[in-house]
Amino acid sequence: MNPEFLSWIPWLVVFPLMGAIVTFTFPRIATWAGLFTGVLILVATVGLVAQTLAYGANTYSLGGWGAPLGIDFRVDGLSAWMLVISAVVGACVSLYAIGYFPPGSKASDEEKNHKRRYFWPLWMFLWAGLNGLFLSNDIFNLYITLEMVGFSAVALVALANSRNALTAAMRYLLVGLMGSLFFLLGVAFLYGTYGTLDLTLLGERSRANMATWVAISLMTAGLIVKTAAFPLHFWLPPAHSNAPTPVSALLSALVTKGPFYILLRLWFFSFASLDTTYADYLFGALGAMGLIWGAAHALRQSRLKLLVAYSTVAQLGYLFLVFPLARAEETGFTAWTGVLLFLAAHALAKTAMFMAAGNILQALGHDTISRLAGISRLLPKSVFALALAGVSLMGLPPSGGFIGKWLLLDAAISQGRWWIVIAVLCGTALAIGYVVRVIRFAFEDPIDLPQVKSVSAVMEWTALATALLASLMALASSLPLDLITIDAPAHVWPEVGVGP
Amino acid sequence: MSLDPETLYALTGCGIFLIGLYSFSIYPHLIRKILALNIAGAGVYLVLASMAYQGKETVADPVPHAMVLTGIVVAVAGTALALALAGRISSETGKVDLEEPQDIEKEDE
Repeated sequence: MNPEFLSWIPWLVVFPLMGAIVTFTFPRIATWAGLFTGVLILVATVGLVAQTLAYGANTYSLGGWGAPLGIDFRVDGLSAWMLVISAVVGACVSLYAIGYFPPGSKASDEEKNHKRRYFWPLWMFLWAGLNGLFLSNDIFNLYITLEMVGFSAVALVALANSRNALTAAMRYLLVGLMGSLFFLLGVAFLYGTYGTLDLTLLGERSRANMATWVAISLMTAGLIVKTAAFPLHFWLPPAHSNAPTPVSALLSALVTKGPFYILLRLWFFSFASLDTTYADYLFGALGAMGLIWGAAHALRQSRLKLLVAYSTVAQLGYLFLVFPLARAEETGFTAWTGVLLFLAAHALAKTAMFMAAGNILQALGHDTISRLAGISRLLPKSVFALALAGVSLMGLPPSGGFIGKWLLLDAAISQGRWWIVIAVLCGTALAIGYVVRVIRFAFEDPIDLPQVKSVSAVMEWTALATALLASLMALASSLPLDLITIDAPAHVWPEVGVGP
Repeated sequence: MSLDPETLYALTGCGIFLIGLYSFSIYPHLIRKILALNIAGAGVYLVLASMAYQGKETVADPVPHAMVLTGIVVAVAGTALALALAGRISSETGKVDLEEPQDIEKEDE
């Protein structure tokens, strides 16, 4: 059902695009214009959530041209939830960026000014691309938004301007472009087979035939590369660890979730009627291997930001467990809810963790884990944030990570999928290992306190606030349930879903 | 078995895509990788264009053409970004390929 009054949907893309233009044209006020845009996006997201709760899933036809002729934006529970996550994380990162990219006054601050000048427009473009991605109901539009997100993310990584960052950005760009071409080839086959690009119409017309399987295999391959799921994650750790800190946080928390969201759309909505047994096992196996492999590598890292980046590879593995678990009649909805909560918890915890790691890196001038001794006395707030975010990554109550993992385990146990239970438990044990290792070094008493550069108060407090949000999420975890049940896929939630 | 022209175009497009994918994976030189991406892209556009054919009597479907045009715009932007990055990498490292990340600690000492 569509609301009769003005829809909030287009503003979620219009605001960040306007923000990008303003921050690019008037670099002097870039910081404030960017923050103001963040506030506008938060307001629009709240409006959209209220609208979705009141009217259910609704569509917005751009320019009044509806599908099949025009391009539709559509919001349902899943899109609205993703938009909420990106608005909250986006707001936290924008606040952090005030401290990270301070205005430089002297002529010698040219590089600083350069970074601040380009961070804001690129971040606004990234935000517009993400919001567009979560709202698009058209597979070609999804390709465009994927590229928007990809290009701005690459440029943001390259802002760090170090040798490692440039190489990582280049690898990220090349892999991303190849992934998009796979996706586009799949789009071509789907259009050739069904004569439509609209996700809803594809859902109505989808049949199991050769062309469909080739198309969604190609699209899935491209999206797996872009999500950085095991074993195609090789580009992620260098890109995420060498980027400037706010960018690392955005990449890990939001950018990897975009392609994953498209995977959910394809497999659980448009092509839910296909027999996906084997594909689900493949996804589940990749997820299980990824969460163990990523966590094992995180345990072996000597640099803090690389550890956090490898932990992202591990946490992405958990998300892929939704494919085998959420198909079941009885407990499918438990897994579906679990993964959506896990996704939000990971986004918040990883943002906080990258912020804290960035603060430590800025203070010490290095982020070698074995040389962290004494940092807990110098940056108590950041170390506390790191520990709190770590608790959520391990999945201890009352963090958001706990509730997500708990629901996943619950579904896995009641479906008798013991290999998933074992993988999750191993992953959790390894996560405890790598978090505790960092905390141990951070709390070690040094012989003499190291010399540190000052870290701005904004950066310390935002890290702490984001970590608090992540670790207290379980207390409010019943709130999003009303939202994410709206148009949840039919076999996941039979009472409320609409399906093929 | 005789091939329709549109099937032939689509298969040729897939072939060109595979050629691009092959050189993209094999050659380490960045310019070759960027060229390979463009060739793979051309293959995808050919597949898209072949989907527009609706028989001799009717006009071709304009939607795939619009998609090809948009895809070319994206490819131009991507190529420009990739070339700019390749330029920065070669002035920074003196090489035009992807090196393994340096260990920060070694640079410190």
